[in-house]
Amino acid sequence: MRAGRRRIGDAALALGTGLCALLVLAILAVILGDVAIHGTPHLTLGFLTQAPRDGMTAGGIFPAIFGTVALVVLMSLAVLPAGVATAIYLSEYANPSGRLTRLVRVAVNNLAGVPSIVFGLFGLGFFVQFVGVGIDKVLYGGDRVYGQPALVWAALTMAVLTLPVVIVATEEALAAVPREHRLASAALGATRFETVLRVVLPQAMPGILTGTILAISRGAGEVAPILFVGAAYFLPKLPTSPHDQFMHLGYHVYVLSTQSPDVDATRPILYATVLVLLMLTFALNFTAVLVRSRMRRRHAGVAA
Amino acid sequence: MDRAVSRLAPHPRPSWHRLAELSIRALAFSSIAAVILIFVFIAKEAWPLLASDAIQREVTLAKMWFAQQWPGYDAVEHVWQPVSEIPKYAVWPLLVGTLKVTLVAMLVAVPLGVGAALFVSQYAGPRLREIVKPTVELLAGIPSVVLGFFALMVMATFLQDWLGLDSRLNALVAGVALSFAIIPVVFTVSEEAFGAVPPSYVEASTALGAARWQTILRVLVPAAGPGVAAGIALGLGRAVGETMIVLMASGNAAIISASPGDSVRTISATIAAELAEVVFGGAHYTVLFFLGVLLFAITFATNLLGDYAVTRMKRRLGVAA
Repeated sequence: MRAGRRRIGDAALALGTGLCALLVLAILAVILGDVAIHGTPHLTLGFLTQAPRDGMTAGGIFPAIFGTVALVVLMSLAVLPAGVATAIYLSEYANPSGRLTRLVRVAVNNLAGVPSIVFGLFGLGFFVQFVGVGIDKVLYGGDRVYGQPALVWAALTMAVLTLPVVIVATEEALAAVPREHRLASAALGATRFETVLRVVLPQAMPGILTGTILAISRGAGEVAPILFVGAAYFLPKLPTSPHDQFMHLGYHVYVLSTQSPDVDATRPILYATVLVLLMLTFALNFTAVLVRSRMRRRHAGVAA
Repeated sequence: MDRAVSRLAPHPRPSWHRLAELSIRALAFSSIAAVILIFVFIAKEAWPLLASDAIQREVTLAKMWFAQQWPGYDAVEHVWQPVSEIPKYAVWPLLVGTLKVTLVAMLVAVPLGVGAALFVSQYAGPRLREIVKPTVELLAGIPSVVLGFFALMVMATFLQDWLGLDSRLNALVAGVALSFAIIPVVFTVSEEAFGAVPPSYVEASTALGAARWQTILRVLVPAAGPGVAAGIALGLGRAVGETMIVLMASGNAAIISASPGDSVRTISATIAAELAEVVFGGAHYTVLFFLGVLLFAITFATNLLGDYAVTRMKRRLGVAA
């Protein structure tokens, strides 16, 4: 009797929680399957290399791909130095229990929790209206050059959003470097900075790479932060300067799904665009996971 | 080798080393600066709501929070209608909309996320674990605009036909789609919390003759409780602030109602949909930035709650914080 109850209880709990796991798998499978089935037929080389035509009902998405790449390249240039420097400071220089260290950590945690649309407000209020308009006043005599939504402001806004991603990944990589290596380097007479530069950073490279890739994946997919700071619905030419507006894959998906004049005509294009965006973010995330697991295995090997 | 030895001799270090060290120290403050700048610049754009006479002729905090008697209405009412002859900026329809969508999302995401985490940490073998965990990571990697797209193009019609709803886009569709973004958050933090419970707890319970399910439900889950709560709090913060999914799938009608089948307009979607078309520095612009401050404050509070829960769990389990 008691043994029976035990078995029923165990079976019920295993089944219930297993069902939850199965449902999560099913959700992903349905989304990916739907996008793959409807997106693949329209995914041709021409689709990737041409500009949209006929009010977005024909042609390709090359400008959106180009704009997304330009955005994440500029973003990486901004977020990498700041993120890596913060991680180095926290792990190599700061007093771990100091008040300042705690403050930096609280700030990083909070930054990670700020809603993406709030970054959009910030980008408009700070970068466009304050920094951009300020530059125009000083350098261009009040002409509107930088004081409007632009690629550079979108990239900087996205850099602030992805800052915690880079910091957390880099810190994890720095923490995995064995303490003995630092001590050995110091014993050889290296200064702290020399140790960081020649001993710690080279070993932490895979982790920094992981963080950068994850940040790029975020930057390629997030739309809310760039709604008001530079993303454009349609542009006749590619952006050639940091103060140009740009097209973006994620924004393109949003525009095609909500503002299309002819839903049936845009549907194949929309699905193919979603497929491209998903393949891009998955490829990036997959690479990041691969680099990270290789790094962890290597460090596990060192410890053993 | 020669280079390494010559490095040993006390020779002057290149001057750029000193400069680089200074830059590291300076750049370490970038995240503190970012948080402060975000708050200051959003609050700055919202400030005229309290201080400017011109803005206050059109809208005041009292008019936003208390029901007003508008011309053409029978009774006092909360109305969000910023673009009309008499602009009306009641916050409650947006707040109720946000709460409804968030509630639906949490009701779906918490059982699924915690359940799946429990399964992975207690029942799944190593091979099954290697399938479920990367799957959840993939789900976390889907951009929210893609989830919004999926809700709009596929789920909306399916749910409407299945449940016979009046409006195609509503709080239910948006909430369920939103839960897909929250599940990975709840799952990851909960799974970590279950893994952090010391094995001695489980062993002691088993030694006392408790069944596996009794040990899990009465020992493991309570011990990991604060960690799970932290995951839920983090997920809640994400749900309240998430924009693209609700913007695309909620129908964006600012109606106060209890039914999840009605269209709703959330705070985040309102900012996203309206900011592009407002006059800089006008009343509408100011109100939208005020909504940003509100959103910032709500997520700030939920994140603090989550941090607090994690610290409490670590202390209770005797892990060095």
